[in-house]
This record gives sequence, C-alpha cells and structure tokens, in this order.
Amino acid sequence: MAIDWYLVVSALIFCIGAGGVLVRRNPLVILLCLELMLNAANLALIAFARMHGNSDGQIFALIVMVVAACEVTVGLGLIVAIFRRRLPIDVDELRELQG
Amino acid sequence: MSAVVFFVAAIGAIAGAIGVVALRNPFYSVLALVGHLLSLAALFLLLRAEFIAAAQVVVYAGAVMVLYLFVVSYIGSGVRQLTPGGSGLRLVAGGAVLALFVELAIAVLGSGLKAISGEGAPYVSGFGSPAAIGEALLTKFLFPFEVASLLLLVAAVGAVVLARRRRGTTLDDDERDPAHWITPRSLFSGTMAEAVGAIRDPGAEPVATPAGHDEEGGW
Amino acid sequence: MSTTTWAWLVLAFPLAGAIVNGLGYKKLGRGGAGAIGTLAIGLAFVCAVAALIGLQGHASNDRALVSSLWDYAVTGDVNAKLSILVDPLSVYMMLVVTGVSTLIHLYSVSYMRGDRGYSRYFAYLNFFVFSMLVLVLGGNFLMLIVGWAFVGAASYLLISFWYRRGTATKAGIKAFVINVVGDVGLVLGTFFILRHSGTLDFLGTFRAAEGGAFAGHQGSLTAGCLLLLVGAFAKSAQIPLHTWLPDAMEGPTPVSSLIHAATMVTAGVYLIARMHPLFERAPAAADTAAIVGCVTLLVAGTIGLVMTDIKRVIAYSTMSQIGYMIMAVGAGGYVAGLFHLMTHAFFKALLFMAAGSIIGAMAGGQSLERMSGFRRAMPFTFGCFVVGGLALSGVPPFSGFFSKDEILAFVGSRGGWFDVLYVVGYAGAFLTAVYTWRMIFRAFFGEPCTEAKELEHGHLAHAEVPTNPANGEVEDTDVGFPGPEHTIAERALPMKVAMTLLAIGATFAGFVQIPHVDHVITNFLQPTFADSKWVDHEPSNTLVNFGLVIGTVIGLSGIALAYRVWVLKPGSAAAWQARLKPVYTLFVNKWWFDEAIDLLVVRPFAAFGNFARGTFERVFVDDTLVGGTTGIVRAGSAAVRAIQTGFLRYYAALLLLGGAAVLLYFLISAS
Repeated sequence: MAIDWYLVVSALIFCIGAGGVLVRRNPLVILLCLELMLNAANLALIAFARMHGNSDGQIFALIVMVVAACEVTVGLGLIVAIFRRRLPIDVDELRELQG
Repeated sequence: MSAVVFFVAAIGAIAGAIGVVALRNPFYSVLALVGHLLSLAALFLLLRAEFIAAAQVVVYAGAVMVLYLFVVSYIGSGVRQLTPGGSGLRLVAGGAVLALFVELAIAVLGSGLKAISGEGAPYVSGFGSPAAIGEALLTKFLFPFEVASLLLLVAAVGAVVLARRRRGTTLDDDERDPAHWITPRSLFSGTMAEAVGAIRDPGAEPVATPAGHDEEGGW
Repeated sequence: MSTTTWAWLVLAFPLAGAIVNGLGYKKLGRGGAGAIGTLAIGLAFVCAVAALIGLQGHASNDRALVSSLWDYAVTGDVNAKLSILVDPLSVYMMLVVTGVSTLIHLYSVSYMRGDRGYSRYFAYLNFFVFSMLVLVLGGNFLMLIVGWAFVGAASYLLISFWYRRGTATKAGIKAFVINVVGDVGLVLGTFFILRHSGTLDFLGTFRAAEGGAFAGHQGSLTAGCLLLLVGAFAKSAQIPLHTWLPDAMEGPTPVSSLIHAATMVTAGVYLIARMHPLFERAPAAADTAAIVGCVTLLVAGTIGLVMTDIKRVIAYSTMSQIGYMIMAVGAGGYVAGLFHLMTHAFFKALLFMAAGSIIGAMAGGQSLERMSGFRRAMPFTFGCFVVGGLALSGVPPFSGFFSKDEILAFVGSRGGWFDVLYVVGYAGAFLTAVYTWRMIFRAFFGEPCTEAKELEHGHLAHAEVPTNPANGEVEDTDVGFPGPEHTIAERALPMKVAMTLLAIGATFAGFVQIPHVDHVITNFLQPTFADSKWVDHEPSNTLVNFGLVIGTVIGLSGIALAYRVWVLKPGSAAAWQARLKPVYTLFVNKWWFDEAIDLLVVRPFAAFGNFARGTFERVFVDDTLVGGTTGIVRAGSAAVRAIQTGFLRYYAALLLLGGAAVLLYFLISAS
C-alpha cells in the first residue's frame, strides 16, 4: 500500500482522539484519547521510517511509547489522588484555576 | 494480500478509536483501546517494524492498559459519563476536528506534501529487526535512550508521591459528609475566583467595600 | 577693580544677605538678621558709589559697559546671556535704589522690632532689593523680565507679610495678579520687538532700531511699545492697572516706603526711559504714556483728597507723582522724569517713615479721623512730615519744587496738545498741596486725641486687643500678625537717623538741578540719552521762569487753602462735603475702578473658570479621557479574563483550533 493510506489512517485516528479529548468529561477517558493521538503519531512515524528506509522513525516511535507510559503513570496517579480526596472525577467540576 | 490485511487492520484501528470516544463505561473504553492497539500492531507489521509491533503489544497493550484497568476498577464507573458540557462545545469540537482532518487529508493526499513517495524505499534485510533497533539505540540514539530511562524513573517516583496516603485524607465511612471533605486548598479561602467575586463564601462576612465601588471588579 | 565688577558686587551683596537671612534665621537671631540685612545693602551702596566713580573714569562716549556672566541660551538668532549693562542710567537707578534701601533697612531694624517674623522680613526685603537691582542693571530683555517678575514676587511676599490677616493676603494676590498682567504685556512686547531687531540685547536692539530694523514695521514697533507700556502701567500703578497700590498698604510701613514709593513703582519709569530709542520711533506709544500719566495724576489727586487712611493718602500721592514721571518720560523729558524719581524717592520714603511713626503712636491705628494734635507729642515726626510735605507740594527751596517744575516746563515746551497736560499738571500740583497738608493738619493740629495726650505724658499707647485697622477683626500678636510692640521715631535712634538723612535729601537734593544754574543730573545722564531726539530740546527761559513762579504760587496757595479748611475753620470740610455730595461720592468710591474691573474682568473669568471645572473638566477630562481610558483597559482585561474559564476542555478546544489555524496557514502558503 502506498504510504498515503497509512498517513490518512493516522490523521483520522488523531482527529478522533482530539474530538474525544474535547467531548468526554471523565479524565480517565480523556487520557485514553490522548493515547489515541499518540498512537496516531506513532503510526505516522513508522510509515515514514518505512518510506525512507531509515530506522530513525522507529526509534522515535519507541521513545514516544516510553513517554506515553510515563505520562499515563503520572496522570493516573493524579486521578487517584483526586479520587482519594473525594473530589468529583469530572473535568468540568475541577476548575479552580480560573479568573 | 497485504491490501486486505491493511484494510482489516485499518478498520479495526478506526473502530477501536471510535469505541474509545463513544463508549459510556470507561472500562469498555479501555478494552476498545486495547483492540485499537492490536490493530495498530498489525499495521506496524505491514510496515516492516517488527520490533515496534512486538513492543506495542507487550508494553502498551500488555502493561500500560492493564494499569489503566486497575485504576478504572479502583475508581469505578461514575454516574454521568458522556454528557458533553453543553452543545456549544460539542459543535466546536466537531467543527475543529473536522477542520483538522480535512486539512491533514488535503496535506497528505493533495499536493500539500511533496515529499511523500508512493511505495517507499527498497527493503533492506534486517530493517526493523531487534538487531537494527538495538544497534541504533546504543550508538546513534544513546542519549535519548538514557534520558528516556531517567524519565521513567521520574515518572515512577512521581506516581508514588502523588498517590500516597496522608493522614486524614483517606476514605472513611464516617467522612462522607461533604462538610468534612478536605481539599488540597480550602475552598473559599483566597483563590483567584474569590478575588474576582466569582465565588462567594456563603458563611463568611461580606467584606465592606466603599459605597459605589462594588462593580469595579475587585481589583 | 573694574566698574562692572563693582556692579556685580552690587548684585551679589543683597542676594547673599537674602540667602543668609533666609536659611540661617534660626542661628542668627534678631539682631543678626537686621544687621546682616542692613549691612548687605549698605555694602551694595558702597559698591554702587565705586561703580559710579569707575564709570566716570571712562570717556564720555564710552559709558555703556556690558558684562556677561554666562550664556544662558544661545539658539539661532536669540542669544540670551546673563549680562548687565553699566551706564549712567543704570548707575543712577542703582544709587537711588541702594541708597534709599539702606535707610529703610535701618528704619526697619527698629520698626519691626516686636514682630515675630523679623528675620523673614529682612530676607524678603534683601531679596526685593536684589530683584530691583537685577531689573535696573539688566543688559538684555531676559534680565529685565526676570527682575520684573522677581520684584513682583517680592512685592507679593511683602504685602502679605502678615499672612494670617485676610485683608493682607487678598491684597497680595490682587497685586500679584495685576502684576502678572503687566508681565504678560512686557513679554509680548519683547517678542514684537525681538521679531525685527533680532537680538535680546539692549544695545544691540537700539543699534538695530537706529539702523532701520523697524523701518517697514511701524505697526509691530508701536504694538511692542504699547505692550511694554502695559507692563509699565501695571508695575507703576497707572490707570487702569492701579487698583493694587492702595490695597498694597496692607504691608508693613517700611515695605510701603521702599517698594510702593521709592523703588518698585518707579520701574515703569525706568523702562520707558531705557527704551527711549524705541518709544521715540513709536510716537503713538509715547503719547499714550504721557496722556495716561496725566490722567492718573489728576484722578489719584482727587481720590487722595477724601481718603481717611493715612497710608492710603500717601499711596494715592505716590500714584499721582508717578503719573508726573510717566508723563515726563512719555513726552521726552527723561532727565526731568528721572530727577523727580530721585527726589520723590527721598520725600515719599520720608513721608511713609513718618507715617509709620505716627501709626506706632496710635498703636497700629491708621485712620485720620482718629488722629489729631500730635504736634506737641511727636515733634520730630511732625518736622519730618513738614519737610516731606513741603517737598511734595513743590515749595522752594525743597527738592520737589525743582523736579516737578522741570517736568512741567518740559511738557509745556512740547507745545500743541501738550499744553492741556501742562495745565492739568499744575492743577494736580494744587491738589497735591491740598491733600498733603490736609493730612498733616488733621494729624498734627487741633485738639490732641487720647493717644497724643498719653504720649505727651510719656506713655506710648498700647492696644489692649490687637485688631486689623482695616476691618476691625481681632488678631493676636503671634507669628503672621504684627507684634505687640509699636515704635515711634522719637524713641528709636535708627529710625531717627534714617529719617534725618532722608529729610536732608528731600531738602537739598534739588540743588543739583537748579534751572539756569547747574545741570548735574543732565550732564551725568547725557551719555545714555545722547541718541534721543529731545536731547537738545530745552524749554525757553520765559517758560521756565513762569513755571517757577506759578509752581511756588500754586504750592503755597494749596497749603493756605488746606490751612483754612482744616485748621482755621474746622467744620468747613464737612460743609464742602455736603455741598458737593456727588463729587465726593465719586472720589470716595475711587472712581469705581475696583467695581468696574470686578464686573468686566473678574466675574467673567470666574464664571469661565467655574464652567471649565464643572462642565469641561468633569465631562471631558474626567469622564471621557481618564474614565474612558480606564474603562477601555478594564473592558479589555475583562474580555481577556473571560478566556480563563478553568474548563480543561475549553482550553483543549482553543489549542486544537489554534493548531488547525496554523496548519491552514502552512497549507495555503505551501500551495
């Protein structure tokens, strides 16, 4: 398949993930959608790596996976901490940083 | 043959993505993401990235998603999940996303990006194999590799710090009363929102303002 | 030392005195302040004499020395330097100013003895002398204007010296405001002249005028000279800018004597004399000066006839005499006008000093209605009043006779419509004699009043409750009000010395310029006025002799009339008053000048000011400009603040939209 197809799939997944971030209220699900976006980026990177015949893109995708894992860890830790303090798990309610 | 696999995997990925966004129960969203990840691994294989595909399945779907499942079980499903915050935001979201996709599509398929060649480079044996990845990691990309491991350490420590128990902050059956809730910062005690008058503490004395200056926005 | 160095020293001593007294008043104490003040002016007088000697050492065509301390501003055509001009006219003025000032400082040492503001007084007085000297010594328009403004400020400070007195502060403000009107005229006049002369320097301007710089610009020159006249009239209290002078009598008597008799009010005369090359080329302005001087001398004389406050009588007399001087310099008799300036300084300062003495005897009271019969109680003061009165009335051989007659002879010799001024001048002289001796006869003759009787027994009257003599308000004697003690000349040696010296001057100073006999002053001032077209214009001998005889007759008959009305037949003044009621009303209301100015100038300006504050300032500035700016900022920040909602998804949406926009941009620019 031509590389274009992979890139279109990647774009589609990215946009779906972005839409999910905007639409969902549960922070857990928002994080999941963030994962979607990261995966879309990974797909694009791998596709380009194949196109150039260069494994740089694959290394990049690997590091992105590492970063995603760290981010999930910290994000989930935050959500657990919020839950522990009996705050509502709803990004619309957690809005003290305003003014 | 590869075309068929591609379409199957692509549809699986997209379906998984839509499932993540649309399913009410976060548990099901996680499962949808797992499916999505597996389809993505298939796509990676089609692109000759064997090691990455394996890593995706083992690390991402196997470890990270399992962590997600743990947390989802701990927190529970919650009551209101999907109701979006007003139709206004839904429209904006839809619009923005559509716009983004259209632009990307134009970029990819149209004449926007000129550097995309059709098929790709000729296949070199050993491309995408663990050996190739390992070699790259330890020679050309040594520094990012080391930094990434440091990053993992930091994340782990951070997670522990964030989620540790503190005295008086744990779940207690007697303390379901909202009046006893302890917040990271006490509400109604000098936040920005209070300063501008957006939140008023119902129990506190109103601050005496000179007559006629109330509408000045509380500078 | 060179002449100009002496001249700079003349400026330096009063300034140093003012600064030392002003800053060191706590350390100096009473005696120190008075001594330093008087010494400073005394030294200035000595230096002025030295400058005179130095100047006379130059050849007679080389007696205009300019010395510049530094360049204040050199831009293009305008070269403004801190320079002085030492020539016979400025040395003459310097001598008069420093000489009379020294004597007045000496007098003040005793007179202001009981006042809490003693050191402040001497600091202000020294500052005034410094300013006046800057004015007369200045070598260019800049220094003239600076000196002019400073004397106005010093006058304000000294008129409102007793600053807790409402009448005094009002008078000070009135004087200052009218002076500022004059300042504006002076500055505008300078601009009109500068336009065509191209230089601020006096000598340069006069040379330019001679060289025809104003040839095609007669309008500018006349306008400039008329505006200079506005300044002169304001400073010299001529009609219509004269209303401040009677009110300026709120200041202490030595202040009235120095500033409002001998020196500051003569600045206008000096100005016209100094600018004579310009005024001679603008005859309209010169004639205006002569006419205004004449009108003033008559009107002031009539008002002086009915005033009851002794200081105000002398003030109107000053106004009248300055009218003579202005008339003289306007007509071209510069030497005559300046001669009268000198003799007037002597006898008017003497009269004010004597008035201060009798006011002291009355414990601060100034009303002629309450004074009578002081002749036996205060012989020295009486003697001074007599000498000053004779000089003022123009009785030979006192100095006023010679100077006044010289003025009138010159005016008469101009011919044409100047004859009217000539006749009015003599009418004014008659009035002068009458009101002067009215004052003397009322105060010193007749049945002694209580204060006089007490004084005859050696007890100086003392006011139980200090009051404002003008409106009877009760005061205290702390700082800001006059002190508890009053002095009279008979009991204070410094006052006696000062008054004696002035009396000698008033008696004998006329002998330097006796017609047909000697012309000391004419010769001395000749280098300055050599370029005047009136320099060789001498009145004919017949006119001069006729003037001498008529002057004596009028002076003596005025005294005789006053004697008859106020001494021989005590009730006749009241009878005349009743018979000429409308005339009396006109005079007593000072010809309603104050009311006219209030109606025509003060009220419209006050109304305009109120309008500006209430409408313009409030609506336009406060609400629109200031309020508008803050309102815009506030609205802007409120709008921006609205973005900070705290909604995570909102921020994410913004992020996405921004990203899409950037991508769109790149897409478009790449295609």
